Amino acid sequence: MAVNDTLEGTRKIVESAQEQQNLSNLVPTLNDFSQELTTLNLGPTHPATHGIFQNILQMDGERIISGVPTIGYIHRAFEKIAERRPFYQITPLTDRMNYCSSPINNMGWHMTVEKLLGVTVPKRAQYMRVIAMELARITDHLICNSILGVDTGAFTGFLYVFQEREKVYEIYEEICGARLTTNMGRVGGMERDFSDVAIQKLRDWLKTFPAVMKEFESMFNRNRIFMDRVVNVGPITAERALNYGFTGPNLRAAGVDYDVRAMNPYSSYEDFDFEIPIGTKGDTYDRFMVRNEEIWQSLRIINQALENLPEGPFHADAPHYYLPPKQAVYKNMEALIYHFKIIMGEIEAPVGEVYHSVEGGNGELGFYLVSDGGRTPYRLHFRRPCFIYYQAYPEMVVGSSLSDAIVTLSSMNVIAGELDA
Amino acid sequence: MAENTPESAAASQDAAAPQDPQAAKNAQLLALLQRLFGADTFTDVEEPYGLLTVTTTRERIHEIIAGLQQDQELQMNFLTTMCGIHYPENEGKELGMIYHVHSLVNNLRLRLKIFFPIADPVVPTLTDLYATANWMEREAYDFYGIIFTGHPNLIRILNVEDMDYHPMRKEYALEDGTREDKTDLFFGR
Repeated sequence: MAVNDTLEGTRKIVESAQEQQNLSNLVPTLNDFSQELTTLNLGPTHPATHGIFQNILQMDGERIISGVPTIGYIHRAFEKIAERRPFYQITPLTDRMNYCSSPINNMGWHMTVEKLLGVTVPKRAQYMRVIAMELARITDHLICNSILGVDTGAFTGFLYVFQEREKVYEIYEEICGARLTTNMGRVGGMERDFSDVAIQKLRDWLKTFPAVMKEFESMFNRNRIFMDRVVNVGPITAERALNYGFTGPNLRAAGVDYDVRAMNPYSSYEDFDFEIPIGTKGDTYDRFMVRNEEIWQSLRIINQALENLPEGPFHADAPHYYLPPKQAVYKNMEALIYHFKIIMGEIEAPVGEVYHSVEGGNGELGFYLVSDGGRTPYRLHFRRPCFIYYQAYPEMVVGSSLSDAIVTLSSMNVIAGELDA
Repeated sequence: MAENTPESAAASQDAAAPQDPQAAKNAQLLALLQRLFGADTFTDVEEPYGLLTVTTTRERIHEIIAGLQQDQELQMNFLTTMCGIHYPENEGKELGMIYHVHSLVNNLRLRLKIFFPIADPVVPTLTDLYATANWMEREAYDFYGIIFTGHPNLIRILNVEDMDYHPMRKEYALEDGTREDKTDLFFGR
């Protein structure tokens, strides 16, 4: 009664004001309120965007009407710089692309150069590469999934698995001395053999990690709160995903079993038993589950590779292309000469063009390299999976709420360094 | 990977082609392409490192990629990547676009190339066939100035909007060409 009286009173005041000052255009009516849209800049830097990309969203209340992604904030002209660098000096560019799984980028690049030069890599080095690449895939997926947990409000799971990533980085450190921007591969094999300490650390980690992973999974997989936030959120059909050029876990979550490791095996992947997990709906939950299952499959591959690690050299007998280990450079004249020639970029590559792709943490990571016979690539194009699928993001979030958009972005695992290159 | 050396790759194209499964696949694919689109559509047929590469014209590229996508036998319905390239010495064919398409069903890959003059860098868009072509074409426009007719939103993607040149073209050296302290005969290009 009192409220109505107040409303009535207000209306009277407004009406009298309108009469007096003719304010009819300035006073909003209920109709005007319902049609007002908000433009919201999500990003470029916002804790929830996990990187530097901007989304200009049109919001109707809490619902997203449309979105325009803007990228390029950390564009470094990777392809242009690569045209002036000898092959070895391109390696550090590649591992700064996707810094969550840099060994995969490194090895993919080295394999591309090997294909161009016609270098055959010995079996032991191939298995060592598989181990390094699968470790990288595990850490990549762990970060993606645990951050998805953080975005839904569960910080604990992130802490569990971040510790495990730390242990994997210690293994990298034993293998090559670096942790984040690893440079453990060489054209023709690995920089050095796995030390006993590295093997021991790897074995220890393989024993302890499954328990942590089980704990992480049991925290999320059937968690009511988590499922309410991610099931049916940000879905994409298999058909649209293929049309958008999705690869990797994002495509497999939509139900397409395309995996470069299985379809075009490289680096002895044909020797290993593993399954390709696929989802059905392509929503955030499916992406999360596919990544979790892939971690188990990667562990299977690492175990097999470690058990069957062949004896033999860890690099190809290709002195013109294989950068000699530092110890040899100190003691051996030939190694010093080749080291110098390779570092100065005096080794010329054959004329040709080659496309090589590997299964990166996010999908098919392809290198298209055109060589005109010089010391540097004539043209290097990098098929960056993040760049290709991020453009589907507006389509995936239109109609959902802002908080759904955040978890969708996080489950797509867009790495800004790879997006912008 | 031993068979991928340039010498042996050339040899395998001549003599050992029937033994190599990839070469046999490529020969089949090429025969199919020529049946679908006409024998004289494709020039410069090569197989560098096992990937069938053909050159065609910009007038036919849209029709060919649409045909590959819709063909029930091939099902080449995955556009892996596309990128521009610049050959300043090729008079009248300075700019190029390179397309990689993939059939996930048959696991066949194909590389298509088109070349056109830099004075008239106009190419039909593929955005009506593949949503993924949108950003790739914007990237090619940004870097090489290739104009895609029919593209819904052809603006720069990675570089700043007020840039007035296309930086991946070869005339833009990466570093200042007048600097003398960087002149190193043994380094780079």
